[in-house]
Amino acid sequence: MRLNGIHIPHRKGTQYFETQTFPVPERVKISMSQHMGAPCTPLVKKGDTVKVGQKIGESEAFMSCPVHSSVSGEVVDVSDMLLANGKTCKAVEIACDGQQTMSEEIEPPVVTDKQSLVKAVRESGCCGLGGAGFPTHIKLNYDESKVDIDSLVINAAECEPYITSDFREMMENTQDIIEGIKTLCKILEIENVYIGIEDNKPQAIEKLTKQTENEDSIHVVKLKSSYPQGAEKVIAFSTTGRIIKEGNLPSDHGIIVMNVSTVAFINRYIKTGVPLISRRLTIDGDAVNKPCNVKALIGTSVKDLLEFAETDFDKAQKIIAGGPMMGMCLYDADTPLSKTNNAFLAFKEKTYAKKSLLYKGQTNCIRCGRCIGACPLGLMPTELEKAYDRRDKDALNKMKINLCMNCGSCSFVCPARRNLAEKNQLAKGFAFSK
Amino acid sequence: MNNENLIVSPSPHIKSERTTARVMGHVLIALFPAYVASVIIFGLRALFLVLFCAATAVIWERLCNIIMKRQNSIGDLSAAVTGVILAFNLPVTLPFWIAAIGTFVAIVIAKQLFGGLGQNFANPAIVGRIVLMLSFPAAMSNWAVPFYNSDKIITSATPLVTGKAKYIDLFLGKTGGCLGEVCALALLIGGVYLVVMKVISPAAPLAFMGTVVAFSYLVGEDGIYQLLAGGVILGAVFMATDYVTTPITNKGRVIFGIGCGIITCVIRFWGSFPEGVSFGILLMNIVTPYIDMATKKKPIGALPLEKKEKEVKADEK
Repeated sequence: MRLNGIHIPHRKGTQYFETQTFPVPERVKISMSQHMGAPCTPLVKKGDTVKVGQKIGESEAFMSCPVHSSVSGEVVDVSDMLLANGKTCKAVEIACDGQQTMSEEIEPPVVTDKQSLVKAVRESGCCGLGGAGFPTHIKLNYDESKVDIDSLVINAAECEPYITSDFREMMENTQDIIEGIKTLCKILEIENVYIGIEDNKPQAIEKLTKQTENEDSIHVVKLKSSYPQGAEKVIAFSTTGRIIKEGNLPSDHGIIVMNVSTVAFINRYIKTGVPLISRRLTIDGDAVNKPCNVKALIGTSVKDLLEFAETDFDKAQKIIAGGPMMGMCLYDADTPLSKTNNAFLAFKEKTYAKKSLLYKGQTNCIRCGRCIGACPLGLMPTELEKAYDRRDKDALNKMKINLCMNCGSCSFVCPARRNLAEKNQLAKGFAFSK
Repeated sequence: MNNENLIVSPSPHIKSERTTARVMGHVLIALFPAYVASVIIFGLRALFLVLFCAATAVIWERLCNIIMKRQNSIGDLSAAVTGVILAFNLPVTLPFWIAAIGTFVAIVIAKQLFGGLGQNFANPAIVGRIVLMLSFPAAMSNWAVPFYNSDKIITSATPLVTGKAKYIDLFLGKTGGCLGEVCALALLIGGVYLVVMKVISPAAPLAFMGTVVAFSYLVGEDGIYQLLAGGVILGAVFMATDYVTTPITNKGRVIFGIGCGIITCVIRFWGSFPEGVSFGILLMNIVTPYIDMATKKKPIGALPLEKKEKEVKADEK
């Protein structure tokens, strides 16, 4: 058995560009909602002085982790902010003093057992750096009496086009990755580690294979370059052969899936105690003249980042946070960088809008079945679309609309150019409504 | 930087280059070898008849667009494909005005009245052919002798009726018959092209042709002869693979092909018509929604629905 996947262009032009450090900006805006789950409450108020790594947001909620200041300076505003997904949350705006004075709070955590690891990871403000942004400590805080975790899957597939930030992490911080894996394995008593890398990154596969030669428990798995290889369920299946059932978490099947940059960060945090205040990201797209990988502080404005990469703002018509398959469009270039952004892409006007002899717009569904052959989870997007159009809740539930992870494969392959992924999201909301 | 320039749209932000028009374009390319063969075999009249059918099909489509106030849809090339396939199902001697009626039935009645591209339940070209066959039986069975380039066309019986023709003649098309169906070689080249270009899945054509061969031998007929004579290959490659009117999963397509094969053979051997491909495909078009229902894919990792409902009820309590 194999899961469906599609061929998409790779366009990983930035893969040989070493990471540059983005200078400390004059001002950062740190949103209190950095990841999936509950937003934090600001701990600072206007006029406060903050230092690098100081906790400025905290929440009591289960699905949440704290937010830290990425700079030292003065809080100039705590206000409401509209996120790219349409939700509103508080944001702390800090004018940087340029000193980058480290906070006294920073000290390497003492990690001896699972409990202290979970606590430390929570305090680090760590969430999945691959894009979805699931708070990492929740993944680690499984119930030992119910599940037996035997496999750690390190997600280094990076299947989205353009993005190369995980690849650069593997090339530049190989030791952090391996040490992080070893620490997790030791504390959580995990027997097998699978590092899943798509075969379009042969250098990364070679490097990691070489450096883990003497580790019997670490397996570097060469995955076929097929989208969405890096989706949690897909990579769990491609590496361990286990299918994560509807409604289950990977831990219910004995697996923890973690992004490669996340595991490297955990290792750095345990060593230094510096929380998640910066991240590596790719800046690319056809409106960007100098595509690059940068390491930038959380809260830096996307506009500054794009300017750094010499983006042609007059021509840029689409700015995407994330990859072109699942990324979200920004309505304002002056949006701050958040923990989950692994790329910003700026594109010019769509080329396919040009006049052509052949019709390139949307047509009726021609029932070619390509979407069915593309869906990694075996859904039938065209049937789901029809069921949503007639508002048939029973049919949607029967066809398991809840399993759709919005990978966009169906929309990508559709020759009739129907927006199937968008319809699926609408249908999901409709099917869950009472 | 002007934020008003920014477009906000749902993901994915890139799409495959393959559009409906491109898919149809590939089909037209795949039909080309058989077109060339028909011109070589039946002369210039075949050239003009095919062009005429394609042109009238496009005209009917455009007229419907205008009258029904629909978007111009001739750019998706589906009407041209229908016209060419219908022409392939006609004898080369057919008067042009009858051919125009055929494309009218195909495009206007079978396709546009049901809602246009993607909405028709039966293959438009097949409907057009069957209507012509029942309305003009004499004109529709006026088969020309191949390679007889004279003003006066001499007619002959098809190999299905005579039952005696060499395999090689059938394979290369040196027999009487519809203008596009005679040259098996050219049709198979087109079929291989479509499979290689990933336009069609080979499931339905293989099931169709395999069933015809197997079923024929089973009842004591010559299977290879039944495959090569008549319209089985044309039907299997170009009509049993029409996306709109055939099942959407490969499993369903196999069932569809087997059904077409059996109906074709039953009509050929025991029916009053010499040829059964059109009826076979038409009847299977009609059961396609039921095949689709029976061959729904099971999502990966899905739990049975009943269990979920119980959980919901428990939650409500």
